[in-house]
Amino acid sequence: MVVDPMILEGAIALVKIGILLGVVFTSVAYLTFMERRVSALIQDRLGPNRVGPMGLLQPLADGIKFMWKEEFIPANADRVLFAIAPVMILVPALLIFAVIPAGGEVTIPAFTLFGLQIQETTTTLQIIDLNVGILYVLGMTSIAVYGIALGGWSANNKFTLLGGIRSSAQMISYELSLGLSIVGILMLTGSLQMSQIVAAQDGFLDWFIFRQPLAFLIFVIAAFAENNRLPFDLVECEQELVGGFHTEYSSMRFSMFMIAEYASMIAASALMATLFFGGWHMPFEDLVGPGLVTLYQVAGFLLKTAFFLFVYIWVRWSLPRFRYDQLMAIGWKVLLPLALLNVVITGIWMLV
Amino acid sequence: MSTTPTDKLAEADLEEIRNERVTFERTPDMPTEHMILNFGPQHPATHGTLHMVLELDGERVAGATPHLGYLHTGFEKLGEYRSYNQFVTLTDRMNYLSPLCNNIGYSHAVEKLMDIEITPRCRDIRVALAELSRLADHLLCIGTAALDIGAFTAFLYGFRAREVLYDLFEAVCGTRLTTSYTRVGGLLRDVPDNFAEMARESVEETLRATAEIDRLLTHNRIWRDRTEGVGVLSAEDAVAWGATGPVLRASGVEWDIRKNEPYLGYETYDFDIPIGRNGDAYDRYLVRMEEIRQSAKIVRQAVEDLPLGPVNAEEEHAVLPEKSEVYESMESLIYHFKMTMEGHGPTPPVGEVYAATEAPNGELGFFIVSDGSREPYRIRVRPPSFVNFSLFPMLIRGHMLSDVVAVLGSLNVIAGELDR
Repeated sequence: MVVDPMILEGAIALVKIGILLGVVFTSVAYLTFMERRVSALIQDRLGPNRVGPMGLLQPLADGIKFMWKEEFIPANADRVLFAIAPVMILVPALLIFAVIPAGGEVTIPAFTLFGLQIQETTTTLQIIDLNVGILYVLGMTSIAVYGIALGGWSANNKFTLLGGIRSSAQMISYELSLGLSIVGILMLTGSLQMSQIVAAQDGFLDWFIFRQPLAFLIFVIAAFAENNRLPFDLVECEQELVGGFHTEYSSMRFSMFMIAEYASMIAASALMATLFFGGWHMPFEDLVGPGLVTLYQVAGFLLKTAFFLFVYIWVRWSLPRFRYDQLMAIGWKVLLPLALLNVVITGIWMLV
Repeated sequence: MSTTPTDKLAEADLEEIRNERVTFERTPDMPTEHMILNFGPQHPATHGTLHMVLELDGERVAGATPHLGYLHTGFEKLGEYRSYNQFVTLTDRMNYLSPLCNNIGYSHAVEKLMDIEITPRCRDIRVALAELSRLADHLLCIGTAALDIGAFTAFLYGFRAREVLYDLFEAVCGTRLTTSYTRVGGLLRDVPDNFAEMARESVEETLRATAEIDRLLTHNRIWRDRTEGVGVLSAEDAVAWGATGPVLRASGVEWDIRKNEPYLGYETYDFDIPIGRNGDAYDRYLVRMEEIRQSAKIVRQAVEDLPLGPVNAEEEHAVLPEKSEVYESMESLIYHFKMTMEGHGPTPPVGEVYAATEAPNGELGFFIVSDGSREPYRIRVRPPSFVNFSLFPMLIRGHMLSDVVAVLGSLNVIAGELDR
């Protein structure tokens, strides 16, 4: 029986979603491990190395620990919002991955499975290539603000409230710079579609990092602020606000916040690679054999992402934290004008 | 009417309350009120059991009320029921970050009361250990101040060097934290043979860590933005409120008991007193960094040609005799008995004494009143942290919530010292 192309397409999408979720959750788990090991490296420590070989099973142990913890809800909390908040922050963080291309087109040869004849199909290594890809990403990052703000509000605790307020102010201000820093790229490619942006960075020197260095700088800083990572982690800074917006959360709800934080870190790193470092395009693609080129590209994309993740960790363990007013000043008085300037320069450059 | 600091504070309070009324009147439909935030007693930034009630106007701190009493231990009262040597163990627990400085400060006071001259070897060992404690204390203070501002790594660099220092304390005193090393008229025991070598090594390690912290923080834009102009203490206020130690010196007042009223032969050492200019958190950080380098110099000089000889003074009525002699001679056995048995021990004459030493956080004073018995009639401790902490509400007023931890970290408040 020949499988209908429509059904086949749906099945492939489902398989891709499954693989992606698996990859993302595993990466999140091992990113926490990497963070602990890299921070240990920076601080002359060993880090977790007891569970499994080289401590590689540590994330598993952490996960089991989280599951066995008591799920505590404060007496005066708004129970509905308290339960929804972690979901509202985790889901958008995962949805961003839908539009990030991990590689070019691959061809699946025809084969037979359980008597079903499956025809030869080609598919991209991307779940959906939305024509408003970038806008979708920005929209998803905006939704995450609600999760943090509601989480901070619903717990009915002054520390979480302060964390929630800080986060909404911070994320809204930095989203502007984040969006504006990408405008230069959009002007150069003339498209919001992720695949088009990657296609525009075909050659090594076409990478947007060489054409939009200022935009990259703004994007990185704004992305750090969006993800609430040091030096912008005022939302949860433990020395001032105890745990910030997730002070009252425990068990799996707390771990959902952690997963969301690390997932959005991975998403932001993947975006940096996609928007500025050629996405899955790699130098010397011609030298790699035709059978291996896709593998080479995907590996290159993952490596670039991993590098930015390392930068995230590196920065976190090296820098002190900004103060709330300084953070606002940088966002509005430095990054925003610079991003606008970048747009103007790009415009002039395109005209000349 | 004279304007004491208290009056000034009250005026500032009134001014603020007046301003507050104006805002209320302007917006009758949307009245705002200050949020009361309990900062502590269990809070990651208080490093001990401190409690501050903050009055917040948004992120701005409108007022702060420190509450004491969470670590009340009654050390001073306990001292009235302990012999003079037994009290040494209680001094450890006051400032648990530099217990040796407390031991030395206390023994110094008792020796002044009893008019005992300690041996040159004991004196130099005490100087070396006091300065090594200062290194450990400052490393931790700078580290926790950095930790509170988010620089975790600087904190652990300091901790690593501190580990080497604590190994040295362990080798010398047998314990790392509760050292109880001094005795009236001398020391618990002599230092190990490789003391000078170990001291030099730990000084090297400390200086290495200091250089690393220096590179991480001193010219770091974020660090400077967070600490410069934060918690500014003027020289007049510092003197009026009785601030001592790095907090006073950062405000530009050149006052160090080691220089101004030398004890333990500090006048023979070559070292400088760093002073700050602006009196803000950044200057307090810089002063502590420089004090680490100066203390390192003192340690090196102290362990260079450490005098030989006994560590205990020749005072049969105050100091335990050598154990070997206790087995051999009748007099020593009697003195040993007289020193250790219940109701016996060192007995100062009737009188009172105040002796101050320069502890890492400032002037550590012991005021002892003796009624001629084996136990002090009254012991009163002047802890530097307690006095420095009283500045906190004044320093934080009008700053942001984030500055609470920056100011607190720069004052280095040791909770154990607040309530004795």
